[in-house]
Amino acid sequence: MGLKSRMTLVLVFLGFVLCILIERSGLLSAYILQISMYVGINIILTLSLNLVNGYMGEFSVGHAGFMAIGAYVSSIITVRVFHNQMGPFVFPLAVIVAGIVTAATSFVVAFPSFRTRGDYLAIVTLAFNMIVKSVLENIDALGGPRGFMGMGRLTNLVNVYAWCLVTIFVVRNLVYSNFGRAVLSIREDEVASNLVSVNTRQMKIMVFLIAAFFAGVAGALFAHVMQFINPRSFAIQKSTDILVMVYLGGIGSIFGSVLGATVYTVLLELLRPLGVWRWVVGPIMLVILMICRPTGIMGLKELTGLIPREERVLGKKEETDVVTASN
Amino acid sequence: MSLLQIEGLTHFFGGLKAVSDFNLELSAGEVVGLIGPNGAGKTTVFNLITGVYKPSAGHIRFEGQELVGLQSCQIISMGIARTFQTIRLFRDLTVLDNVRLGHFAQARYGIRDALMRSGKFRDEEKRIRDKGMELLEAFNLARYAHTQAKALPYGEQRRLEIARALSSNPRLLLLDEPAAGMNPREIDELLERIAWLKDEFDLTIFLIEHQMRVVMGICEHITVLDFGETIAVGAPREIQTNPRVLEAYLGKEVS
Repeated sequence: MGLKSRMTLVLVFLGFVLCILIERSGLLSAYILQISMYVGINIILTLSLNLVNGYMGEFSVGHAGFMAIGAYVSSIITVRVFHNQMGPFVFPLAVIVAGIVTAATSFVVAFPSFRTRGDYLAIVTLAFNMIVKSVLENIDALGGPRGFMGMGRLTNLVNVYAWCLVTIFVVRNLVYSNFGRAVLSIREDEVASNLVSVNTRQMKIMVFLIAAFFAGVAGALFAHVMQFINPRSFAIQKSTDILVMVYLGGIGSIFGSVLGATVYTVLLELLRPLGVWRWVVGPIMLVILMICRPTGIMGLKELTGLIPREERVLGKKEETDVVTASN
Repeated sequence: MSLLQIEGLTHFFGGLKAVSDFNLELSAGEVVGLIGPNGAGKTTVFNLITGVYKPSAGHIRFEGQELVGLQSCQIISMGIARTFQTIRLFRDLTVLDNVRLGHFAQARYGIRDALMRSGKFRDEEKRIRDKGMELLEAFNLARYAHTQAKALPYGEQRRLEIARALSSNPRLLLLDEPAAGMNPREIDELLERIAWLKDEFDLTIFLIEHQMRVVMGICEHITVLDFGETIAVGAPREIQTNPRVLEAYLGKEVS
């Protein structure tokens, strides 16, 4: 193991220690703690959507629909199946199951929509988001429009931090591999990609499932911070927020997603005094971004530290800390 | 045994017969040309071979195996590679990545190896990288390895497209108008390169060309298409004097 990977391990470990310290010491107010967890959850959502929209160049607009499935599945597991017992032990399992169920559901969307080319995915995912919301509103056993409650506060900073790391780890290792190059080539030119032997359909479905898995995970974490979920939390509004975070931070960039999620979440909190008007900020930002900087702050660039050493471009660019990430 | 065997290949676009009863036999090691005026259906033949379109009728066999009904990615991994009439590189990716993508079907590691960065992953990635660099070296593109493909000059982009096609280790290379947009000096270079390719990589080459000069120089056999119909087959010399070919290219004499 090289010096660098040992340093990474130390940093990861220090992060865990810091999370535990913050939680135990009560150093930060409950409010700030809550916002920090939202930031983490949004990082997971943004990164997973970036995989589909940024790296692969498809346009999925219903990410909140997947999040909803994860939130409800995990809540059913912790509340209905285990009756809030053995919470800390059941919860990690519930999160994983939520992710798997969400991924399985996304297959239903992915399978037909990737048969065709072009903008169909946007329409299908938009419809999917609406369907999920109205289905949830009409299942009385899950509280219908009133929502579902009774979850214990099982999500903590350590959980969120761990899942953020898992997401970053998976996305980074996927992107810098044969599979990642194939995903990027789909964005560049799908026909040519097929004609260099990439099974584009299979690849698209795989990426979509991975993205849905993490959306489900984020939903599960979200449900157990809020301790109350209702279908309205997962409307198009939420999907738009995730889109803004992806395009603000930068498409095709892990660091961009972390940045976009953090900046946007904190910004929305700071704008709380604006009342209802703060919901206008997101859509307006999306419009401005699309016109002025469609690839986002870090568009297609990556922080050097996140690029595997053998993929780094040596030379003078190295010193600027940021190199072109299309590796 | 012939490497590629096409029988009765027919394709319609709606009511338009784009290719009609096309037959061809390619033996290993040959260089064969497909010529014809604009809109004759040449690129359609390539698209049918590589599975971009599914033919309305006919058979395509590669080393005895039927290709009709297979997906493009399967056909390519069987040992056929192609270039495009208009350059279709992965423009935002680096030159090295473009070439490495050609190795896609040959990487022998699964998604778990990639996620866990296993020893197998490392070995395979190194092999793919080395092979990619070797190929870029051979095509005199190594110094551009980390440049975005779109930043290359036109001629280099054309070269990179051939390099990318070769990186999938094909036995049959389909070149779609490789000389498009080139000046006479560049065409001479290209002809040399194609001859070199054929020996160096042990290839059979099937090429579409517009310019007579190119096909006459390197092709052993030529097939001429016009409005989807095969109007002539033969050696370059015969083709050059064939009245139907002249008619297709230059028009009919008014009597």
